[in-house]
Amino acid sequence: MTQFQTSTDAEPQDSVEDDYSDALLPELVAHLRENRTRLRDQWAHRVTDASLLEAMTPQEMAAETTLVYDNYVEVLETGSVEALQHYAKDLSERIIPRGVETHEVVGIVLLLRDVLARSLFEKYSHDPELLNRILDAYEPAANRIANTVAVSFVEERERVIRQQQDALRELSTPVLPVRERLLILPIIGVLDSERARQLTEQLLLGIRRHRARVVVIDVTGVPEVDETVANHLVQTVDASRLMGASVIITGLSPTLAQTLVTIGVDLGKMNTIGDLQGGLEEAERLLEYGVSHQGGAST
Amino acid sequence: MTQEGPPPVSILREGSNLVVSIHTALDDTQMVRFRHDLVAAIGRHRARGVIIDVAALDVLDSFGSRTLRDIAEMARLRGARTVIVGIQPDVAFAMVRLGMNMGSLPSALDLEEGLAFLQNAANVPQGGRSSG
Repeated sequence: MTQFQTSTDAEPQDSVEDDYSDALLPELVAHLRENRTRLRDQWAHRVTDASLLEAMTPQEMAAETTLVYDNYVEVLETGSVEALQHYAKDLSERIIPRGVETHEVVGIVLLLRDVLARSLFEKYSHDPELLNRILDAYEPAANRIANTVAVSFVEERERVIRQQQDALRELSTPVLPVRERLLILPIIGVLDSERARQLTEQLLLGIRRHRARVVVIDVTGVPEVDETVANHLVQTVDASRLMGASVIITGLSPTLAQTLVTIGVDLGKMNTIGDLQGGLEEAERLLEYGVSHQGGAST
Repeated sequence: MTQEGPPPVSILREGSNLVVSIHTALDDTQMVRFRHDLVAAIGRHRARGVIIDVAALDVLDSFGSRTLRDIAEMARLRGARTVIVGIQPDVAFAMVRLGMNMGSLPSALDLEEGLAFLQNAANVPQGGRSSG
């Protein structure tokens, strides 16, 4: 009898709890909608206090925080992050060019989570058990939102970086025909091994395409090189020679010259001239003499 | 020289120069035979220059490049200058990466450049090409 009674007691309680848990999120959402202005302002305030998003004007802040807040509540309500993902991507597109950092975006979303959690504490402090269940419903959803926003932001950033890398790659190794049989290869900026590899490829293909006899590589704009890259350059010069083109290197800065000698790169076979002007003069001279200077003649 | 199929190397005479085209990758035996044939041909045709066209090769190993270097030296002893033409960009870079070098053996972009090189070299008296 007692056993029976306990089981009957237990059953409805279980189902009540289920209903209750289902009902928690709508209740939560209703609470957040009700206090929308107050919580949003509180959040915006904390964002400003934490000196986040300083790239934005207060008006923009107000508009964005409202949007983020509404999106946030909507995700809590529907449980679908798709709309939020879309919004986060769109937001990232707008704020990345203004120099907003990842830590700011993550910080903002976490602040909103804290503000909302705190308001829940206040509201349900009279009933710890209910508070617990509310938090059980709230926390996974909130974490999921924070995750989604951060991931969207980082993905967008990576996309932008990739795009810029591609653009840089195209711009970074121009092989310019100056006159018949003469190519110039101005290198500007730091040479890393990836760029050095590209440069070699472009140069060797350029030699074949333009039937170059002389190539002037101008490194005036290169601040520094490491040993790998320096050796790679030497190899590029040798490979060019195998294809029948002489290479003249111009514009080695004092630092670069010291580095190269210190790390012991064998530049003995390289034809180096002080500046680009001198290099071009030398190139003209070589071209006038024809090809007899090539290959072993220089050693 | 008389193997089944077309020979992997053709040696043609153009004026006082020999134009040698390597059509496929040579194995070591073929390389040695090629060296023999060429050195003989230089004497037969009284050649002053040799152009070796390797444009068809997509790989040149260390034995291959050493043989080419040896051939150039033998040709020089027989009175002819040698120039290698047609090294492809990736072959060139692979060679320098593997530390192979052609020593003092000159190279030119293609057949035309090679001929120009030899013509130019014929005007300048030969000498001072001592590889030391």
